[in-house]
Amino acid sequence: MLAHAILSGLVFGCYFTLVGLGLNLIFGVMRIVNLAHGDVVMLGAFAAFWLFALIGLHPLISSVIVLAAFALLGLPVYYLVVPRLLAARDSEMLSIILFFGVQQIIEALATIAFGTSERSIPGRVLGRGPLHVLGQTLPVAWIVSAAVSLLAVALVYLYLYRSRVGTLTRAVMVSRDEALASGIDVHRVSALAFAIGVALAGLAGVFSPFMLGSATPAMGGDVNLAAFAVIVIGSLGDPRGTMLGGLIYGVALMLMQTYMSAWANLLPNLLLIAVLLVRPTGLLGRQVRRA
Amino acid sequence: MRRGVREFVTVALPLLAALALAPLVYSNELLLFNFIMFLILAQGLNAIYGFTGYLPFGYVGFFGAGAYGFALAVMHLDATPLPAMACAGVAALALGVVLTPLLRLSGAYFAIANLAAAQAVYQVISNPALQDITKGPYGVTLSSVFAPALSYGVALIILAATLILVAWLRNARFGLALQAIREDPVSAAMAGVAVVRGRTIAWLLSALIAGLAGGVFAWHISVFYPETAFDLSFSIFAIVFTLFGGAATQLGPILGVLLLYGLYNVIGITVPQYFQLIYGVLIVLLVLFLPDGLASLVTRRGFRVP
Repeated sequence: MLAHAILSGLVFGCYFTLVGLGLNLIFGVMRIVNLAHGDVVMLGAFAAFWLFALIGLHPLISSVIVLAAFALLGLPVYYLVVPRLLAARDSEMLSIILFFGVQQIIEALATIAFGTSERSIPGRVLGRGPLHVLGQTLPVAWIVSAAVSLLAVALVYLYLYRSRVGTLTRAVMVSRDEALASGIDVHRVSALAFAIGVALAGLAGVFSPFMLGSATPAMGGDVNLAAFAVIVIGSLGDPRGTMLGGLIYGVALMLMQTYMSAWANLLPNLLLIAVLLVRPTGLLGRQVRRA
Repeated sequence: MRRGVREFVTVALPLLAALALAPLVYSNELLLFNFIMFLILAQGLNAIYGFTGYLPFGYVGFFGAGAYGFALAVMHLDATPLPAMACAGVAALALGVVLTPLLRLSGAYFAIANLAAAQAVYQVISNPALQDITKGPYGVTLSSVFAPALSYGVALIILAATLILVAWLRNARFGLALQAIREDPVSAAMAGVAVVRGRTIAWLLSALIAGLAGGVFAWHISVFYPETAFDLSFSIFAIVFTLFGGAATQLGPILGVLLLYGLYNVIGITVPQYFQLIYGVLIVLLVLFLPDGLASLVTRRGFRVP
């Protein structure tokens, strides 16, 4: 039972890394909190559901479409909202409130368009039968979702550490002002990071019916809390930390569900507070305390 | 200080008088009570957000702690309403003390951690495993102390006290010290302001206010569920009302509550999705174009807003 909990925890951890990854990228580059992250995940889930229900598209193909479409959707949102927000006095704080507004808009439109009923995609679409891994049996859908998540993490890592734009992005992460002073087109770099962050949230959404259960327009809040716990454990702004945070979160969640299932939903909150109080920078972090 | 008294007399007294007389001419007392409750919550949030810059996203945690402090005192100690109100205040203060270390965090970290803390308290109270103590997710019934007129009056008194507090903060040395901390904690500390003590006092005061609001809410409606008492929209409403009117003023949050909560009651009850949509658009526009609230339209031209 312990081995099964840990193994499935690691598999879920990979997926939770993907859930936190986009949020973390946007915070790292722009120092704004995308509180609408969970709702973008929800939109991804609904996109996958409708593509599957209407034209029978395989979720792996939908995931490519969702990635591209959500990235394109993210760009105009960036230019409409973020430059103005970053010019404000306390942009980090205001971003929470602003994206809360965006979240309300998305949730309201989704409720009007889709109603409040739960939608799901059967797990067998991603492959039949349980899979035997290290002596444990896991659903194939979990493994496929985890594998896609790992692929996405690897691609983001390559983007940040092996490409020219990635180097510029990391420069903006370290210091926005100095990046601006050295002639980097900060807005282009940020817009790209924002689009990628939104696309990653959409991708996480495509696989959420298999990992988090059925999709409803109101699921965004819970997804947000999980995503925040993951990136705070890892440390805000650092993509490697997200992986660590995701794995810790996944394993802890599975252990809680196995041994103390009544209290399992407390976990993200307690982990988040504990990490923030003991090590406010996250496990791999930099300075966040003030005065 | 004389200006504080004048501000209280010109802004708060007419409001309090109107709310005290309103039940005589308007029969929907619950609606009036909700207005009072949101006025208290918005001003309580104003005391911490407006004056220190900390955005307590989980402000509803104190409200819920107060509501359950009241309910537990009535259910298990057979307390009469006024001692139970004291328990509500103590419960929220205790939660405030437990959460004081969160003040070490800055910006978004504080807001998120506070939100998580409120959720954690909710999950503990609503957990079926604690059904014997809190009645878990099934809610509490306090019909033995139900007294709508009296609780309405007590709510008004709490509102008056809160308004006095804000008028005092705006004009006293302590409030100025808090605003100095908000603008630049390091410089404030160098100028001899006790940064940690100032923040902590403001934090506990605003926790106490929310706890009392929660207690009087529990008393007035007397039947409620944990998801009602810990509804995140209490936090959100209080934040948006305060921001809309203008933080760190006395008039701003009042205007915010009257206009926006009024709007909510006109359209929100019948078609909640459309209200949610309008609300979202309003928040986005507000942050982008009027981040300092309605009051800034006037202060920008050099007038002082009470």
